[in-house]
Amino acid sequence: MIPELGHFALILALSVALIQAVVPLVGAQRGDAQWMAVARPAALVQFVLVAIAFACLTQAYVTSDFSVLNVARNSHSAKPMLYKISGVWANHEGSMLLWVLILALFGSAVAAFGRNLPQALGARVLSVQAMIGIGFLAFILFTSNPFERLLVAPADGRGLNPLLQDPGLAFHPPFLYLGYVGFSMAFSFAIAALIEGRVDATWARWVRPWTLAAWSFLTVGIGLGSWWAYYELGWGGWWFWDPVENASFMPWLAGTALLHSSVVVEKRDTLKGWTVFLAIVAFSLSLLGTFLVRSGVLTSVHTFAADPARGVFILALLIIVIGGSLALFAVRAPALRAGGLFQPISREGGLLLNNLIMTTAAAAVLLGTLYPLFLDAVGGGKVSVGAPFFNAVFIPLMVPMLAAMAVGPFLAWKRGDLGGALGRLKAALMIALAVAVGTWFVVADGSVLALLGMAVAAWLFVGTASELAARVRLFRVPMAESLRRLVHLQRASWGMTIAHAGLAVTVAGMTASAAWKTESIQTMQPGDSVAVAGYTFTFRGARRAAGPNYLAIRGTFEVSEDGRALTTLYPEKRTYPVEGRPTTEAAIHSMFLGDLYAVIGDADEKGGFVTRLYFNPLLAWIWAGALIMVAGGVVSLSDRRHRIGAPARRQRAAAGGAQPAAS
Amino acid sequence: MKRKHRRLTFVFLGFLLVATAAALVLTAFEDNIVFFHSPTDVVEKKLPPDRRMRIGGLVEEGSVEKNVGEARVTFRITDLANTVKVTYRGLLPDLFREGQGVVAEGRLRDGIFHADEVLAKHDENYMPPEVADALKKSGKWKHLEEALGDAGPLKGETRK
Repeated sequence: MIPELGHFALILALSVALIQAVVPLVGAQRGDAQWMAVARPAALVQFVLVAIAFACLTQAYVTSDFSVLNVARNSHSAKPMLYKISGVWANHEGSMLLWVLILALFGSAVAAFGRNLPQALGARVLSVQAMIGIGFLAFILFTSNPFERLLVAPADGRGLNPLLQDPGLAFHPPFLYLGYVGFSMAFSFAIAALIEGRVDATWARWVRPWTLAAWSFLTVGIGLGSWWAYYELGWGGWWFWDPVENASFMPWLAGTALLHSSVVVEKRDTLKGWTVFLAIVAFSLSLLGTFLVRSGVLTSVHTFAADPARGVFILALLIIVIGGSLALFAVRAPALRAGGLFQPISREGGLLLNNLIMTTAAAAVLLGTLYPLFLDAVGGGKVSVGAPFFNAVFIPLMVPMLAAMAVGPFLAWKRGDLGGALGRLKAALMIALAVAVGTWFVVADGSVLALLGMAVAAWLFVGTASELAARVRLFRVPMAESLRRLVHLQRASWGMTIAHAGLAVTVAGMTASAAWKTESIQTMQPGDSVAVAGYTFTFRGARRAAGPNYLAIRGTFEVSEDGRALTTLYPEKRTYPVEGRPTTEAAIHSMFLGDLYAVIGDADEKGGFVTRLYFNPLLAWIWAGALIMVAGGVVSLSDRRHRIGAPARRQRAAAGGAQPAAS
Repeated sequence: MKRKHRRLTFVFLGFLLVATAAALVLTAFEDNIVFFHSPTDVVEKKLPPDRRMRIGGLVEEGSVEKNVGEARVTFRITDLANTVKVTYRGLLPDLFREGQGVVAEGRLRDGIFHADEVLAKHDENYMPPEVADALKKSGKWKHLEEALGDAGPLKGETRK
């Protein structure tokens, strides 16, 4: 009964979405306030209906109702509750339902908080949101119904892929989808603006917080996914340039560009067409990402049973959304008049440079990801494009961008003073050089590229800090005055400073862990010791252990440094009897300067075990930096100017003196 | 600068960046694309030595030998028409098993494939598409499907 209720709610949601897509749009074209007023309640009702459907599916999972095909295929009664719930979205149908739920949530958020949005713009935005909703609801109802029943319910389910039974991965899809779907807001605003033919600072002030929220969620989602890959796959790496990773990385790159260009629209009323274009691109890449991952064209854990009907539907949806929006853009964009002029060396110029590099990088990732599919489709043979390609393209693009990132915030709007900016970065330059030389002394065998990476990270970090210092006039005015300025800095500029510093930390982690990783593979008998990067790993044997729904062989490694016991690691090799599959659980000890990482493999006849031991320098910095970036996004989001209805606080900004405006 | 000139400057800078990126992409492509070959390709075609490639097929039954002490594994990859001997040092993926699909990446030297990466599937219902194609090309697909019967990994999940 309850699954049928969910199915019915979903059908109702589709009908509501149809009304929400048509009526407010027609109303906005005709200037009919009553028709436009339909949008808001419709968005709220649509959200409630989808939420009911989602709750019904969750109920089926929680109670292990195996008469529902989706539950029988992906769940098992012996699974811990967390994974019963996360099982809802760990399959194709359920994940699509989660997608629509988040879409409806964003739509209802506009309806609830967008009271001071111009009525026509609000109506059009919600109408475009509903159109996206129609596509997805129809996709679910016609090709991927999660509520499909089995005539005869099996005694128990088939279980969930054990690789997915992990806390990191339980929350990876919701965050990723909050990011993907968050870009639908920027997209809807862009389409609404194209229909209206007007993009102005108010529009940008609306788009920015949504983009910022989506970007922050996406950053968390990507971080969780890469963290999971690091400790669950047991290969000691955290990013493999796998197509599914690229699928989430492309919208991130485009979203980062959008975040920066919307600042230019807001402050300087220029780059409008470009910003609208980026909004379309960011969401198109999100859609492409969702479908690349789910449709089965790519080989990965994310790929669920493929169905040709779905493939055709997906392709049609992609063509309509991307083709339609780009066609609209081509027709309407020339009408968007550019506003303020600026010199190439200026704040705008710096942000534009960021945009160019980010979009170029996204295009390169897109090419590398789709090229194998394309070549295969035209019969050119099977190829794989892996890490060497992406590294060869990415590093030369990112180094100049990171270098420019420290300079950009020092430049004034309209016309910047490059010499002056560089003059204020002397400290950063000195420290960057010192870091490069210092690193070279410590590790002795750094490649030039790795030293450059560390130097660039230091340059960006110190440069960002210098910009903050310059903003509060540190050491130029009394300390108390500097502190007062620090407290009264706009949240948005705090956000920029924090996020840029976070990226510097991440870059340092990526560089060090890639360049100075120490790996040791061997067979060990109990009692054997191996030295890895100055740490001694002593194998103390392995024992059987049991978890809630798995059996494991658990190894014990005592790690010591200079004879002092440091920690004990317990890597596991698990077998899940229901699914009949083994998984590797790496044991990791994170320290400030690096991670100790141990993996245990199969036993041989003589009682020895194949083991893989790593020292990954600065690895935890990657995720620490990602978290700092997210914190920057959240701080920026809390800026009062983003809160709708709050009056602009120009007085306070004026009191802050002649500091450069917040980014 | 006039508006037009300024715009031209930006267009020029943009082009410069795109051209640089294109050059980067093309050189990276040439050096870093990894082609996939079936064991039959390896045996019958003259493949350039010392070029990175992927080979895929099934792990031949009874061919896996673990070299104790060195953590080295040798096995043969087969498309049921031809086989290639593979040697690999390290931990095999969790789902590596005899008779199952596998993809190895590395270099061919003196007729032996030195793999530095071995990929097995993530899921038992799943066969890497490259492997399925290699088997189809060798004409053994049907034969294999019959041999494995209902429990085989090749059958897609059928709806009830």
